[in-house]
Amino acid sequence: MSAPRHIRTPLARVRGFGAARSGTGAFWHQRVTAVANVPLTIAAIFIIIMLLSSNQTGVARVLGSPLVAIIMLLFVVSITVHMRIGMQVIIEDYVHHDRLKLALLVGNSFFAIIVGLASVYGILKLSFGL
Amino acid sequence: MMAETGSLDGRARAERPLSPHLQIYRPMLTMMMSIVHRMTGAANYFGTILLAWWLNAAAGLGGYARFQAFAGSWIGRIILFGFTWSVIHHMLGGIRHLIWDFGRGFGPNEREWLAAANLVGSIAITIVLWVVGLLAMGGPQ
Repeated sequence: MSAPRHIRTPLARVRGFGAARSGTGAFWHQRVTAVANVPLTIAAIFIIIMLLSSNQTGVARVLGSPLVAIIMLLFVVSITVHMRIGMQVIIEDYVHHDRLKLALLVGNSFFAIIVGLASVYGILKLSFGL
Repeated sequence: MMAETGSLDGRARAERPLSPHLQIYRPMLTMMMSIVHRMTGAANYFGTILLAWWLNAAAGLGGYARFQAFAGSWIGRIILFGFTWSVIHHMLGGIRHLIWDFGRGFGPNEREWLAAANLVGSIAITIVLWVVGLLAMGGPQ
């Protein structure tokens, strides 16, 4: 029996390199958020049109009211989760250089989380007036 | 596309044959709509910056007047009109994809009809939304 070329186990060598009973996770989350995005986007457009003629005080009052704030929070969370997966698919399809792909995938996560949490911050500030 | 290197472990990548790509095919409506679905998705991705800006401007960060000045400017209006169409088009395209996910709408006539309805519907809905929006603001300015 020849000596092994390295002492890392097969599991250690494949860890972090992709699907291990989680391959359909992104696919499924993409569909769930897509379904959620339809009514939430319609609601958000309705809210925005309602607020077009308002000044900041009026906009802040409506956006900070419980029902509107909860709808906008759901909207922001659902679209940012959805768009993060979508942009990941685009990057994985078109960027074949590993290092650049890695950098773009990290940047994609940062962008989605920053935009998402910044929006959530705005809505919570309007709701609680912190 | 071929011969791109740079794998993380430094090993050369095997040169494997690739499937035919876009340049092989004659443009078709369903194919163009698939491309546009991606492009509108990417546009909406960056459009969320405007959403975050609007929400935080309303919350008093950076001044609401600055956001209003942008949204009321002609370049702002063009961007927002494009953003509106992009969101609506991507939403209708998404509904089309959900229909396909259930295994329906793949027939030769169905898929053409769905693609055309997606395009016509997105333009019509965008125009209706902007007419309603401009009327809500007291007519076009």
